[in-house]
Amino acid sequence: MTRYLFAFLLYACCASAHAALDAQQVRRLAAEDSSDKVAAIEQLTQTADPDAVRVLKAMADDSLFLAGDRVVIVDGEQAFDAATGRAIALPENPESITVNNRIRGELDGALAALKLFDTDAGVRLASAQKLQSQVSPAMAPLLGRALEKEGDGRIKVLLTLAYAQSRLGDADPAVRLAAVKALAETSSPTIRSVLLRLTEKASEPDDKVRYEAVAALQSIDGRLALAENLARVFSGLSLGSILLLGALGLAITYGVMGVINMAHGELLMVGAYSAYAMQSVFRAYFPAAVDWYLPAAIPVAFFAAALVGVLMERTVIRWLYGRTLETLLATWGLSLVLIQSARVVFGAQNVEVSNPSWMSGGVELLPNLILPWNRIVIVGFALFVLLLVWVLMNKTRLGMFVRAVTQNRRMAGCVGVPTARIDTLAFALGAGIAGLGGLALSQISNVGPDMGQGYIVDSFMVVVLGGVGQLAGAVWAALGLGIFSKLLEGWAGAVIAKIAILVFIIVFIQKRPQGIFALKGRSVE
Amino acid sequence: MNARNSYPSLLDPDESDGSGGDSSGQQGHRIIPGELDLSHKVILYLDDINVSFDGFKALNNLCLTIDAGELRCIIGPNGAGKTTMMDVITGKTRPDSGTAFFGQSIDLTRLSEPEIAHAGIGRKFQKPTIFEQHSVFENLELAMKTDKRVWRSLFACLRDEQRDRITATLRQIRLDAQADRPAGLLSHGQKQWLEIGMLLVQEPQLLLLDEPVAGMTDDETMRTAELFVSLAGKHSLVVVEHDMAFVGQLGGLVTVLHEGSVLTEGPLSVVQEDPRVIEVYLGR
Amino acid sequence: MHKPLTLRFLTALDGKSWLALGLFLAVTLVAVPLLHLYVAPESAFHVSAYAITLFGKIMCYAIVAVAMDLIWGYGGILSLGHGLFFALGGYAFGMYLMRQIGRDGSYQSDLPDFMVFLDWKELPWYWSGSDSLWWVALLVVVVPALVAFVFGYFAFRSRIKGVYFSIITQALTYAAMLLFFRNETGFGGNNGFTDFKRVFGYTITSPDTRLTLFGLTALLLALTLVFARWLVTSKFGRVLTAIRDAESRVMFIGYDPLWYKLFVWTLSAILCGIAGALYVPQVGIINPSEMSTANSIEIAIWVAVGGRGTLIGPVIGAFVVNLAKSWFTVSFPEYWLFFLGLLFIVVTLLLPQGLVGLWKKLAVKPGATR
Repeated sequence: MTRYLFAFLLYACCASAHAALDAQQVRRLAAEDSSDKVAAIEQLTQTADPDAVRVLKAMADDSLFLAGDRVVIVDGEQAFDAATGRAIALPENPESITVNNRIRGELDGALAALKLFDTDAGVRLASAQKLQSQVSPAMAPLLGRALEKEGDGRIKVLLTLAYAQSRLGDADPAVRLAAVKALAETSSPTIRSVLLRLTEKASEPDDKVRYEAVAALQSIDGRLALAENLARVFSGLSLGSILLLGALGLAITYGVMGVINMAHGELLMVGAYSAYAMQSVFRAYFPAAVDWYLPAAIPVAFFAAALVGVLMERTVIRWLYGRTLETLLATWGLSLVLIQSARVVFGAQNVEVSNPSWMSGGVELLPNLILPWNRIVIVGFALFVLLLVWVLMNKTRLGMFVRAVTQNRRMAGCVGVPTARIDTLAFALGAGIAGLGGLALSQISNVGPDMGQGYIVDSFMVVVLGGVGQLAGAVWAALGLGIFSKLLEGWAGAVIAKIAILVFIIVFIQKRPQGIFALKGRSVE
Repeated sequence: MNARNSYPSLLDPDESDGSGGDSSGQQGHRIIPGELDLSHKVILYLDDINVSFDGFKALNNLCLTIDAGELRCIIGPNGAGKTTMMDVITGKTRPDSGTAFFGQSIDLTRLSEPEIAHAGIGRKFQKPTIFEQHSVFENLELAMKTDKRVWRSLFACLRDEQRDRITATLRQIRLDAQADRPAGLLSHGQKQWLEIGMLLVQEPQLLLLDEPVAGMTDDETMRTAELFVSLAGKHSLVVVEHDMAFVGQLGGLVTVLHEGSVLTEGPLSVVQEDPRVIEVYLGR
Repeated sequence: MHKPLTLRFLTALDGKSWLALGLFLAVTLVAVPLLHLYVAPESAFHVSAYAITLFGKIMCYAIVAVAMDLIWGYGGILSLGHGLFFALGGYAFGMYLMRQIGRDGSYQSDLPDFMVFLDWKELPWYWSGSDSLWWVALLVVVVPALVAFVFGYFAFRSRIKGVYFSIITQALTYAAMLLFFRNETGFGGNNGFTDFKRVFGYTITSPDTRLTLFGLTALLLALTLVFARWLVTSKFGRVLTAIRDAESRVMFIGYDPLWYKLFVWTLSAILCGIAGALYVPQVGIINPSEMSTANSIEIAIWVAVGGRGTLIGPVIGAFVVNLAKSWFTVSFPEYWLFFLGLLFIVVTLLLPQGLVGLWKKLAVKPGATR
């Protein structure tokens, strides 16, 4: 309580001296030497006076001039005495006070520091956040004062960190020790690198402070690692949602027709190129609404891919019914034809598909954990598609027929299900979903003629792992594989991760050849 | 009928149980692992076999004993568990619980299908599953009892007595004229006979026949019955059938399966009169 | 009557086939060398170095095709990753060729150039012995065999069949390709091995060396065909085709399919490895793209085009498809993939028995009641 009283008295004293800033200090702003200017700025900052804000701001705006021996602020037609703030006559030939980059940097820091005393909490918060990376030891007293005055918890935490940072260079080891301890709570990588320097004997002579720095580093690293792992999990989730979209279609077609479609990756490609086409159309004809090319591309991607799928099914796949191995080869041929067609039509180079503006940027959860918006949207989109498919498969007649044909084609045919038509529709559905997957992929990855090739093996793994006939299997397998491989990647690199996944799947299949979720009942060999 | 026997210890060859049929008299007999031991005259023990498929109980405490040299018929409605029982015996399905022994010492629940086939159990399937791309002769050659490992097969050469055996079997199943024809071109009845022939050349001790006369003409059915009757004694046969006339021609005891367990056993005439059997299977 | 083994070998092929084989060997071992060395380059009869390399390469592919026919045509196992074994054999022999460069590389060091580039000071342990031809020859056989055996054992034991098996082989070769793309793996990264100077001590680009390799390949192809024919006409072959047609039935007769499949699978891998070893000195380069999934799938189309389960069909298929590829990539490169893709589709839809099957049908039709 007495502390606050004292601070108030102090402030009161300053406030009573509010009438004018120290003219000498202000005069020094116009000094020849930059270092003198910097010193002046620092001193003015220490006063924590609102008038100082005015002066320094004017200096940053290049409206501070020297008229004779007086420093004035010229604002358009008006002029003010810098020290007192009173209006004066416009001076004859004011000498502009030069502000170089170094001084500008100092001004920025100073203004930010002074904003710490602003009445608006929002302003103070923004300023405190900005200060985290601009702390100099000279700011210590100012920060200390701001800390004492501060009531808002959030801002207090930031100020504590900034204050501690400014004390790291203090002569007294005990002060440094306390500062290091206070800094252990941060997650900021910049503060971490500062502390890292303190662990070296060259920069920090005191043993205790060094040990404390090491301990602080461990604490920070732990927090950073957690954030990194969370980032990986999220990345895995996003990869998993794309795998899901890619593999869902494959699982449906494989379940219904027993056909593994090697051209499945090309259906993804069709979806991605639909996005590119829609983007081009919008850019050419609706440039104002270009951000909405993506929603417009959704039905286009779905139906374009579905159409290609129907063509594949009608011209090639249905004639190979029952001959699964030959279907692999024939669909591989289809894949080559599709890739080459894409090369001929769109060119062999990758094409540029950019995120709409509402999908750019990200959400910052922690200082080193930023979740990109485009990936969040994709995860959401995948869940939405999954929901639609689930409704379709379980709540509609078509879905019932598809499930019937999946489980027992002959019997379904005997009770009147039009199996040929169901085949085509199921294939179209599977292809359309793959198209949507390609659409999602276009937002985070390169779009080129052979983009699908990279996803075939992964999609197959999902189907093999997840089993056939149940959506749940594909979901769990896709998400599981996505997250698992991203986590593994963080540990061992992408190649080892892929190999490990492969080995895992081979081993898993030994124990449970029908996948995670298999159709119930006696299986027909 | 379904006596629960205590099985002599494999590790104690001198354990005496006084059962007859063995020339060594009072002393117990040696049990050689892998070899079929028929000292107790029983070739197949199934004891409390339980099999479920995802909640559906296919076999429910099934107990069955087949004597050596016997010809047994298994009848029962569809879903009674007849095929599943055969799957358990031949190793295709592992029971959830229960014991299955071939002879005294061969535990069927621990062996794989090829091992069980090698031990002396032959199976004929409901649908004739012969090798369509191979000739009739080759089908028999493949099935014939011989060393079936990879190395032997690489350098195998048909010995004279083996060739004669196949020729004799061909005559027995009346396919000697078709010896070089691809088996896929045979008629349904001929395919059934080929499969029976393949079973014969395997020289199994126990033959499991799943609806062997399905789709055969009356004449073929009668010949099949004659063949089976002639085999009984040297071999043991278990025949699953729906054709009551055929069952009658075979003679032998009849076991009725229902919902995974044995409903009743006895001669056909007795079983046919049993009201429970009539209710679940034969109809009024 | 127990036929002695040599007699069995001799009767594996019928008279016509022996004649054809003899003709083939006469052409490749005698006629081609003469036409290459002693006929002037301007003459129409001259066989150019380009032609020798091309046909040598295709013969290596033909061996692979026969190996594939053994497992697919006769065993019913479609592998979409067989290029892996081919590449492993190639890399093994490539190590020897790299060592043979000696100090003649760009860096004049005992180590291969790419290792110097990576700043490695000595050979990794798995390169030891690679300057010995016998050791490398052993590796060419053993490495693909070991990989095939281990993979096959686990795959067949868990009774993975059909499409699932094919996909897993694809994943296997893909993973291996990724592994070999890394520089740290020690096999030249994505550049692989190239710039060979010598083999067996002889300059690799000299006509004599070329012809020798060509001849060796032709000989190996002939031997492979004879051996394969012997294998499929033996009882083993009959059991194998029975496994292909009805695996579970075969089990109930008493054969264990695992060992039969594993045997032919491993054998097939060894043949591919040896073919790869002969391929590399003739083509002059090996890199991880040999392990690409596309390469492995192409092997299947050679077999399908020629005719599965005929042994000679795959050889024909390998020649037809690869000659077409040569022609297309020179004249109409954009159309090659269209052609290949359509070939896959047309052959599987309309020509399930391949060219050999077509020939048989056409040969039977006019007249004969066979």
